[in-house]
Amino acid sequence: MIDHSATPTLLTQLNALTGGLFLLSTFGVIAVRQVLGCLKMFIIQSLLLSASALFLAYYYSSVHLLAVAAIALGVKPFLIPYLLRRTVGEELTSRREISQVLNISTSLLIAAGLTVFSYFVAKPLLSVSGGIITAVNLPIGISALFIGAYVLTVRREAVPQTIGILTMENGAFFAGISIASGLPFIAELTAAFDALIIAVVMGILIRKIHERVGTTAVGGMKALKEE
Amino acid sequence: MELIFILIIPIAAALLSLVPAGKKFASGITIAGAVAVFILTLRAVFAVAGGRELTAVRNWISSDGLGVLILLLVAFVGLTSAIFSRGYMGRIVEAGKLRKVRRYYFRYNLFVFSMLSIPILSQVSLVWVLVELTTLLSVLLVSFENTAEALEAAWKYIVLTGMGAAFALLGILILYWGMHIAGGEAFTWAGLIKAAPAIPPALLKTAFIFILIGFGTKIGLVPLHTWLPDAHSQAPAPVCALLSGVETTTVLYVVLRLLPVLEASKTINTGNWFIVSGLISVGAAAFLLIQVKDYKRLFAFSTIEHMGIIMVAAGLGGFAGHLGAVYQILTHSITKSLSFFAAGSVFLLLGSRNISSVKGLIKTSPITGAALLIGGLAIAGAPPFAVFLSEFSILKAGIAGGNYLTIGLLTVFIVIAFCALMFHVNRMVFGKPAQEPLNPGLPPAAIVALVLAVIPVILLGFYIPGPLNKLLLYAASSLGR
Repeated sequence: MIDHSATPTLLTQLNALTGGLFLLSTFGVIAVRQVLGCLKMFIIQSLLLSASALFLAYYYSSVHLLAVAAIALGVKPFLIPYLLRRTVGEELTSRREISQVLNISTSLLIAAGLTVFSYFVAKPLLSVSGGIITAVNLPIGISALFIGAYVLTVRREAVPQTIGILTMENGAFFAGISIASGLPFIAELTAAFDALIIAVVMGILIRKIHERVGTTAVGGMKALKEE
Repeated sequence: MELIFILIIPIAAALLSLVPAGKKFASGITIAGAVAVFILTLRAVFAVAGGRELTAVRNWISSDGLGVLILLLVAFVGLTSAIFSRGYMGRIVEAGKLRKVRRYYFRYNLFVFSMLSIPILSQVSLVWVLVELTTLLSVLLVSFENTAEALEAAWKYIVLTGMGAAFALLGILILYWGMHIAGGEAFTWAGLIKAAPAIPPALLKTAFIFILIGFGTKIGLVPLHTWLPDAHSQAPAPVCALLSGVETTTVLYVVLRLLPVLEASKTINTGNWFIVSGLISVGAAAFLLIQVKDYKRLFAFSTIEHMGIIMVAAGLGGFAGHLGAVYQILTHSITKSLSFFAAGSVFLLLGSRNISSVKGLIKTSPITGAALLIGGLAIAGAPPFAVFLSEFSILKAGIAGGNYLTIGLLTVFIVIAFCALMFHVNRMVFGKPAQEPLNPGLPPAAIVALVLAVIPVILLGFYIPGPLNKLLLYAASSLGR
């Protein structure tokens, strides 16, 4: 996609605002202390993802992106939380502090560092090509990807780790809608479907772990390791 | 047309497996489906070896030499594992729990479907979805035994490979971006190779690094391998054969497909990326092989070693290097499936996974002992088995290309791995039996699977049939520009 103009318009400013809020909600996944809070942050993040897809659809006048926004809106903020609730059960809503390796303020600092790093990663790509929209979406998408990976390593519980993976996918898509908007429609559809299966399979596994081990603090499972 | 049927049959078999009709129905349907897929794949092999590219739907479903080679391996291991499953499930699952068995075969067929479709689909964005599906459809097979360890292994598996998949997704989206800038038309493997010279190198390089990290997790490249020995040792043995033998290979195939795309750009030192990541894996696996206590982990680490060897061979480049890589892919898959069938037979006999509790197998059960010995020797790379020839061809290609340091390191690591593997296998096969076996003998289906699996391991050490040889040559040529 080639940008029509490099000057900021209302639409590109709105998209930049959405991008900023998207990044903020990603930080939120790290900052909240409870499982349910994590899920709420993910829902907000997914809504912002669909909003950005909607703005981009209007900006590029692309029916394709409109469909992407609709799929993302249907699947991510509504269907996935519903299915997680169905499969995981009461463990999802329990008011309990999440155990993690590093405390939250250190984590936020590291997340800020990761965001700066993702601008470094995106810079050579943006200097090759890309306009005003890509310059917002690509680095923010990459930082959501990195922050999601960070969540996976420090949060020692199953549900937050699931949210971490879904955050990473949201990040990849947030970057993707600005750089690969012409992707075959079926690929977008199957990818959204794929996120759904991730949520279901991880939900089933969480329930099995809870039944068998009695806790969902997967960080404590250390039977399998090298001598 | 073969390709479409190969995709439909496993799905049909999966659905039929759920029909509650008798004790052996699900396994019978699965074996019948696997036989049909294998026959269709042989037809595809002959067609491709005759120099024809198979196309079912242009730009979506098509396959060339490399794709059909992977297809053949998945179909073969899918068949032998289906037969082995019949014997294994009969012993492992308590009589009467038919629902559990039906669910096993349902998931088994879907898992095989996802692996069969990767080499068949040529649309790159769909290939990503399918690689992710191979994880999602096999996670519940890994946790099948529902013990705390199996659940831990399954969790690590889905978390780490899910993380990798998200990285790979961004890589593939950047690749699409690059192709779009270059003015390419179709986002297929062939379309990418055509558009590659015009893709900005910065995009190509970033995309490759994201994909290498992402799919490297799935392939088991060190240091992203930590889930692999857990998942590959906790799953039921026939599933291990699929995971270790062909799942890693199908994902490696996706990374290898990028080789000719990357070589279009002179600024990216593609070969070195492959060689370095490969050597790290081979070296780490060789040393980790020494300390294992569990014989299934032994073979899992050997998988990491072999994935590393293939990466090095692909990185060495030139037609000889590429031929060595595809040859190694072939020999590793068939040999590793045999090793896991042997390991599964040991587990059926003794009910323990510890190396130290297995002694004198050749006396307690000559068939299992012989299978483990052949599997161990063959996977370690002893002559006259197939792996020896493929490893030898890689070393030869490297020396001819003047890569002395790489080949020197590779040789040292292979020798260490060989000694470690033989040390453990030797202790299990020979000596005085430590305990009476739990079960008197192996189920007949398991013996059939062992015999079927051992045939190509021995045969390919002496002789490569004409069509297969042609297929290897075509596969190697599609790795070069």
